[in-house]
Amino acid sequence: MRPLKTLQKLYDEESQVVITEKGSPPRALFYGEGFLQEDLPVGTRVIFPRPPLEGVPNVKAAIRWAINHPEGMDPLHALLRPGMRLTCVIDDISVPLPPMVTPDVRQSILEVVLELCADSGVDDVHLVIANALHRRMTEGEMKRMVGEKIFDAYYPDRYYNHDAEDPDGMTELERTSHNEVVAVNRRVAESDLIVYVNINFVPMNGGHKSMGTGVTNYASLRHHHNPKTIRESDSYMEPKASALYTKNSRIGTVIDNTLKVFHIETTLNNRMFGAPTDFLAKKEEDYTEADRLKFQALRFTLSKLPRAAARKVLNAIPAPYDVTGVFAGATEPTHAKTLEQSWKQYVVPVEGQSDIVIFPIPFVSPYSVNSVLNPLLVQVMGLGYFYNLNRGVPLVKKGGVLILLHPAYDEFDPVQHPSYIEFFHRLLPETRDSMKLEHKYEKEFAENPSYVHLYRKGNAYHGVHPFYMWYWGENGRQHVGKVIVAGAENNHVPALLGWDRTDTLSEAIEEARGFMGRSASISLLRIAPTVMVDVK
Amino acid sequence: MPAKAAFFDVDGTLVRTNIVHVYAYYATNRGSLRGIAGRTLGTALGLPVFGILDAVNRKAFNEFFYRYYAGLSEDRLVTIAEDMFEDVLKPALYEQTQDLIDEARRAGCRIVLVTGALDFTMRPLARHLGCDDVIANKMQFVGGKATGKVIPPIIEGANKANAIRAYCEREGLALNQCHGYSDSASDYAMLAVVGRPTAVNPDLRLRSLARAYNWPILDLK
Repeated sequence: MRPLKTLQKLYDEESQVVITEKGSPPRALFYGEGFLQEDLPVGTRVIFPRPPLEGVPNVKAAIRWAINHPEGMDPLHALLRPGMRLTCVIDDISVPLPPMVTPDVRQSILEVVLELCADSGVDDVHLVIANALHRRMTEGEMKRMVGEKIFDAYYPDRYYNHDAEDPDGMTELERTSHNEVVAVNRRVAESDLIVYVNINFVPMNGGHKSMGTGVTNYASLRHHHNPKTIRESDSYMEPKASALYTKNSRIGTVIDNTLKVFHIETTLNNRMFGAPTDFLAKKEEDYTEADRLKFQALRFTLSKLPRAAARKVLNAIPAPYDVTGVFAGATEPTHAKTLEQSWKQYVVPVEGQSDIVIFPIPFVSPYSVNSVLNPLLVQVMGLGYFYNLNRGVPLVKKGGVLILLHPAYDEFDPVQHPSYIEFFHRLLPETRDSMKLEHKYEKEFAENPSYVHLYRKGNAYHGVHPFYMWYWGENGRQHVGKVIVAGAENNHVPALLGWDRTDTLSEAIEEARGFMGRSASISLLRIAPTVMVDVK
Repeated sequence: MPAKAAFFDVDGTLVRTNIVHVYAYYATNRGSLRGIAGRTLGTALGLPVFGILDAVNRKAFNEFFYRYYAGLSEDRLVTIAEDMFEDVLKPALYEQTQDLIDEARRAGCRIVLVTGALDFTMRPLARHLGCDDVIANKMQFVGGKATGKVIPPIIEGANKANAIRAYCEREGLALNQCHGYSDSASDYAMLAVVGRPTAVNPDLRLRSLARAYNWPILDLK
């Protein structure tokens, strides 16, 4: 008879956690622009995302209710005065992932807000995309985000991307108590009222981060976008465990004391896949015959397509997210409500950490929309975001092994990620030490006039952005004993990133067991859709 | 004193013109009507030759080309250069040229034009863009008249790289911190000698070189 402890291990109470048994079906796992179908060792703990929460029945009604019953502020209509200067600041294309089916919730919010403005005699309205040091959104992307009607009325003079390098476009507010620079887009700073239009995709979005990072510049960002802050953050996703959040709050408090900001935050559910691909969100145990056929057809088709074509196909499938909550008002009370709703959708409680954790890496990341998931972005997905999808206690044990599933190809998009190429091929061969990279090269990249030009006039991420991507993985790098990229199609990319490589997942598990011991526990985070763990 | 500089090629990099336009302007703005007609016709007929020479050997092209200046007075050349800037170069500047120069300035770079054109034709442009220096070819003058010969070494190809290296040594600049901008694969040496090369509106060969060496590529509008 099996001892009670083993039985408990095999029958987890949480329905989103499945322990692999002898007859368990193989798992459908993201692998860049393709999929793998893998059998996992018996006893492997597979953590699935929660099913989608129910969306609000009428999004526009929810928006109207929220702006009429805000947290800690007067209703929006009471803040509007004829002739005032108003700026709507809007989250950029990095959320949600993949982009949502139109109408995007940002469009719905703007339609309500702009109508209210017109009724109140507020004509001086600008729409500014809070892209910070991200790439400028293209005209097509901007049109898709707000809809044709708003686009035609506002673009390009009154609907535009924030430009952190515009010498006349920034203004500095009072510094924080820690002498941190608080720089804000000039139009935003000179507005009588700012309406922040947010999408909360994961709990690290929203709150003070919206204004504190969205419409600022390098001088302000460098106070918290640095390796020291990252090392001091136990999780990016939980405010109280995040030094990043604390610093953003300090900056955000100065902004709130100086400017009038009315936040409209929204939460989405987990419906990442629509009808043809909705099986991807299911447990394999629940697959129907039709689901199995669809998966095989998708896997086969993607494996036969050239990678660029597969990318194009996958990027063209929008996600039919439902809006699960709209909250409005002052920064902190509004964000508290958002977080509560966000946890409800994403958090899955699990018992204890694992020696070995497997992260399948999908084709999309916040920084590769309509582009390539280059090696630095694979790194940030694994060691940055996925590693941090928890409330302060990572899924993998200290010194444990992370296995990433991705081809790890040496591909970069020279239009969107020009400075990444130099970072990867010039700096990483010299050092992977974040402190050294920050000290020796960060400023040079940030000020490189070619990268500044590509950021301002093209659609490139800022020259300093690859540094942030590297810092984002700092906690993961410090914590784990080894990273193995299973299915890497070359040797040099894993080598430059400091990782081991294997051809298959089975080999990676073998190597990880060799490192951690034969009885090592294994977990697989079956992402996407988004899932976070609460490790008890 | 900035410790680094940004070196900009001019033709095709900052302006849409090339050296032939400049000469065409001179040809159509000198002497009698008959002279103008003759030289304009001569220039027009010579264009295919210029094109071939430019593609095959930039040095030979420059040498061949500068012979056309022989006999013109220095005063006249400088005066025409001012008009030529207003009529030819200024309208041909890319809209984003000034931004690029300003961005380099904000990064703490000294701004230097490096061009195979003649120095007096570049001075009004340098003044307009707010450049600090010009590395360009210098025409030889005897008794105030141009001889049609350029004081060696002719600034082109590998000599641009030598001139940049010498400039950095003379001015105490860190060559590996300097930026270089050009549109043409014939300026490969100039780009390779600086630590931070950038291809601007590159020709096919330079585009492929830039891709191979991971140099940023700018498409100025």
